[in-house]
Amino acid sequence: MAKVLVVTSGKGGVGKTTSTAALGAALAQSGQNVVVVDFDVGLRNLDLVMGAERRVVFDLINVVQGDARLSQALIRDKRCETLSILPASQTRDKDALTSEGVARVMDELREKFDWVICDSPAGIERGAQLAMYHADMAVIVTNPEVSSVRDSDRIIGLLDSKTQKAEQGEKVEKHLLLTRYDPARAARKEMLSVEDVLEILSIPLLGIVPESEDVLKSSNVGAPVTLAAPTSLPARAYFEAARRLSGEKLEVSVPVEKRGFFDWLFKRDA
Amino acid sequence: MSFLSNIFARRQQSSSVAKDRLQILLAHERGAGEAGESDLIRQLHKEIMEVIARHVAVDQDKVQIKVDRGSGCSMLEIDVEVPQELSGKRGS
Repeated sequence: MAKVLVVTSGKGGVGKTTSTAALGAALAQSGQNVVVVDFDVGLRNLDLVMGAERRVVFDLINVVQGDARLSQALIRDKRCETLSILPASQTRDKDALTSEGVARVMDELREKFDWVICDSPAGIERGAQLAMYHADMAVIVTNPEVSSVRDSDRIIGLLDSKTQKAEQGEKVEKHLLLTRYDPARAARKEMLSVEDVLEILSIPLLGIVPESEDVLKSSNVGAPVTLAAPTSLPARAYFEAARRLSGEKLEVSVPVEKRGFFDWLFKRDA
Repeated sequence: MSFLSNIFARRQQSSSVAKDRLQILLAHERGAGEAGESDLIRQLHKEIMEVIARHVAVDQDKVQIKVDRGSGCSMLEIDVEVPQELSGKRGS
């Protein structure tokens, strides 16, 4: 049974696209068939973060409008054969996405894949609501910062009211992914701690992704961090989060670097 | 840790300020739902202004509305500037 997962946040720039790519690649590396779908029409970036920007021919809107078949628009990742991407359109606007068209594409994707991961646009408008509408599960990406937490709370409200599950009287399974976390600053009480955010949002914790250079380095070269730097701290956090999504019970810990002399010595190469 | 350093440490904890602010704000936003509270304030403002307008001519630009949402109670403050000559007439 395929799972539809939406990666959402309300606020922009918190790491939705990065997390979509990283979680998608992590799940795909465990052998499951994964498609990542970009819903950010007009501002697509998932293709760029995944390194597929030069291979886009057709996009989600072409498929929704019947101008292309789904199989023509899907791009298979070159590094991981169980991972595919369905890009958004860069030139059209969000109104080109009809709810019936999206429903049809989602049904078709459910048949082909084990995981359909939808990268939501920022905001709470139509695009974000279409991205979350078909979701069985949601990953709410949040930074330990007041505006991000407030927007996440708003998105949680929408997940509980504006989704197909909600309309059927069911619940979308919600998971909190705390990104750009700095354990040292949280310990100095300069940053909201994991416990603070959990107490405010009261949804289960999927993982803590530390602030790390590796995330930017990976997007620079067009690879999910779980493919480009699989042993890095953020990648380890994403791999564990992916295992939790698959149903494994793993304790969530704050990832801390154990840095030895040799790590320090070779750090420059990275 | 001494008493003094305890006080200073507490003052530097910007994260607890952030947490408190969020908790108060979200308690209101969750309760308000879609349109709730902003509608209520708009309605209150409208009706209070109607009552005042029956007795004095009020310039809309001279009306200030402030809301302060606290954890225990909220305060709605409507500040109406009454024209000078009118308040003078009443007095005489």
